[in-house]
Amino acid sequence: MLEALALTCIKGDRILFRDLTHAFRPGVLTRVAGPNGVGKTSLLRLLCGLAQPDEGEVRWQGTPLAAQRDAWHRAVFFHGHLPAVHELLSPRENLRSLAAVQGLPHDGAAIDAALGELGLARQRDLPVRVLSAGQRRRVALARLVLAQERPVWILDEPFTALDAAAVAALARRIEARVRDGATVVLTTHQDVEFACPCDTLEPGRFAPRRKAA
Amino acid sequence: MGAVFLAMLRREMALAWRGRTDVLLALSFFVVVVCLFPFGIGPEANQLRAIAPGVVWVTALLASLLALPRLFEHDLRDGTLEQLLLSPEPAVVWVLAKVAVHWLVTGVPVALFAPLLAGLYDLQPDVLPLLAGTLLLGTPTLTLIGAIGAALTLGVRSGAVLLALLVLPLAVPVLIFGAGAVEAALGGVSYAAHLALLGAGMLAAVALAPWACVAALRLAVQ
Amino acid sequence: MNATQERRQRWRQGVEERQRSPRSLWRFAAPQQFYPLAGRLAPWFAAAAAVLAVAGLYLGFFVAPTDAQQGEVYRVIFLHVPAAWMSMFLYLVMAFWGIVGWVLNTRLSFMMAHALAPTGAIWCFIALWTGALWGRPTWGTYWVWDARLTSQLLLMFLYLGYLALTRAIEDPRRADRAGALLAIVGSINVPIIYFSVKWWNTLHQGASVSLTRAPSMATVMLVTMLIMAFAAWFYSIAVALWRVRTIILERERHTDWVAAELDRLAAKEKG
Repeated sequence: MLEALALTCIKGDRILFRDLTHAFRPGVLTRVAGPNGVGKTSLLRLLCGLAQPDEGEVRWQGTPLAAQRDAWHRAVFFHGHLPAVHELLSPRENLRSLAAVQGLPHDGAAIDAALGELGLARQRDLPVRVLSAGQRRRVALARLVLAQERPVWILDEPFTALDAAAVAALARRIEARVRDGATVVLTTHQDVEFACPCDTLEPGRFAPRRKAA
Repeated sequence: MGAVFLAMLRREMALAWRGRTDVLLALSFFVVVVCLFPFGIGPEANQLRAIAPGVVWVTALLASLLALPRLFEHDLRDGTLEQLLLSPEPAVVWVLAKVAVHWLVTGVPVALFAPLLAGLYDLQPDVLPLLAGTLLLGTPTLTLIGAIGAALTLGVRSGAVLLALLVLPLAVPVLIFGAGAVEAALGGVSYAAHLALLGAGMLAAVALAPWACVAALRLAVQ
Repeated sequence: MNATQERRQRWRQGVEERQRSPRSLWRFAAPQQFYPLAGRLAPWFAAAAAVLAVAGLYLGFFVAPTDAQQGEVYRVIFLHVPAAWMSMFLYLVMAFWGIVGWVLNTRLSFMMAHALAPTGAIWCFIALWTGALWGRPTWGTYWVWDARLTSQLLLMFLYLGYLALTRAIEDPRRADRAGALLAIVGSINVPIIYFSVKWWNTLHQGASVSLTRAPSMATVMLVTMLIMAFAAWFYSIAVALWRVRTIILERERHTDWVAAELDRLAAKEKG
C-alpha cells in the first residue's frame, strides 16, 4: 500500500502543505483536487519519489521509497505534465527507448499494439514534430498501455489535450485497472466520472498559516 | 542493464544523426579559434610551432565545453529526464550511454581534426598522431567531468557560463598531461607516463563521474 | 487509515525524541537549538583569535630575526602561509559538512558549509595577494607560475564556482546538495590538481626562486607561523558561527521562533 506520512512541502516562501498523511488504498482511485497552485503536482511528484519532501516520508509496502528505489520504480508508472516525447523521433522510437529504459515491454508487437489502441497506427513512423498536440499526448499515453501490469499509477492531468472519445477511453481503462486492484492517484481539471471506488484528497486542507517550531 | 544501455545508445545515435549539423558547432568553433591565435600572437613560425600543442589542447577543451549544456537540457524540457530517472535499472547505465554518444559527436571529430589544424602551426608531422591520440584519451574525461557540471547547472540561469567556471579548474590536470605528452615527444623525452596518467584519469572518470552525474540530475528534477 | 495514522505518529515521535533528548548531541542539529549556542561560542573564538593574532604579529614583526637573503619582506609569509593552509583546510571542512548533510539529511550541516565558503575564499585571496606582494621585491615580478601559487589560484576558482553555483540555484534544497556535490568532487580533485601542477611546473623549468624554498626556519619563525595559523583558524570559526546565525535566520524565516527573534532584534535596535 502506498502511504504518505506527515508530508511537508515548502516552495520558496510558501508552505504548500504540512503534515499531510494519507493512505492510498489499492482498488481505490484517489483524486487529488484543488485550485491551481495548491500543490497537486508537487504532491504527485513527492509520491513517485522524483522530489523529496521537506519533512515526512512516502512508504510503499511499509518501506520508505528511498530505501527501495529500484523495486519502487518497477511498481510505479508516472505520467507527468510534460509528455516526454522527442520531436525528432517517431512514436515507435520514442516508445521503444523509454519503455526499454523503464523496464516495460518494448518488443515490436507490444509497441505496435499500444500505438494501435490509441489510434496512432498510421503515424507510428512519422517524426513526432508533424503530429498535433493531442496526438503527442496519445504517444505519452501509449506508455500507459505498456504499463498495464504496474500496481501503482500516478497520473498528472492525463486528459489534457484529448478529445471526448479519447477521454472516455482513457477513463474506462483507468476504471478497469482500479477494479483490478491497482492504486491510482490522479489530478484532473476536467469533469470526468469514474465508475469505481473513488476517494478525494485536497492538499489545500493541509496548508497552514505558519509552521510551528 | 544491457538492454537499457543499448536502447539509450540507439536513441541517442538516432538523435545525433538527425541533428547532425550540431557536430559542426564544436568543430567550427575549434577551427575558428585555432586560426585566431596567430592574429593575436604574430605569424612567426617558431613561436607558433612552440605553442601549437597547448593552443590545440586548450581550444579542444573550450570546444567541448560549448556543446555540454545541451547534454541534458532538451530532456529536462520535454519531461524525458524525469522518466529516465524512474528507471528500475541503475541510472548510471543510461547516463553513460548518453555521455558516450555525446563524446562520439563532439570529442572524436575534434581529436581527428586536431592534426590538420596543428599543421597550420607547422607542428612536426611525427607528433601529429600523438596529438590525436592524447585528445582521444583525454576528451572522454573532459566530457565526463563536463557532464557533472552540466547536470549541476541544469536549468539554472546563466548555466553555460557557470558550467565553464565549474569545469575548467577540474579539467586542468587533463590539459597538463595531454599537452605535456606532445611537448615531451617534441623534446625527445618519454611520454609514456603522460599517456598512462591520461588513461588512468579516463578510467577513474568512467567509474566515478556517472554517479556524481546521477546525483546531480536527481537534484535537477526536484 | 488508522494504521497509517499510527505509523505517522511513530515516525514523528522518533524524530522528536532524537531532537529533544537532553543528553543527545543530535539536538544541536536543529537550527533552533544551534542558533543560541553559536551566539555564545563565537565571541570566545573571536577573543582567542585576537589574542593569538596580536602575539603572532608581534613575534613576526619585532622578534623574528631579519633574513639574510630577503631582508624584512619575508615577514609576509607569517600571513601568507596560514592563509594558504586555511584556504585548503576550510575547503575540506566544507566538503565534510556537505557529506554529513547529504548522509544525515540535516540542513544545518549545509548551512555550515555555506557559512564557511566566503571565509575560505577570502583566505585564498589573501594567500594569492601576499604571495604577489612577496614576489615583487624578492624577484621582481608579481606572479610566478610556481606549483603552490598556481594550485592556490585554481582553488580560488573552485571556491568561486561553489559560491556562484549555490547562489544561482533558487531552490535551497537543491542549492545545498549541488554545492555539497561540487565541494566533494572538488576535494577529490585538489590533490590531483596539486600533483599535476607540480609536475607541470618542474617540467617547464619555472622561476629559479620559488615560494616553496622558504628561508630555513629559525624556531621563532616556526612558532610564529603556528600561532598565526591558530589565530586564523579561530577567526574562521568565529566568523563562520556568526555567519551561520544569519543564514539560519534567513532559511528558517517561516517559523515562529525566528519571527520572535527578529522582533527582539528590531526592538533592541530601536531601544
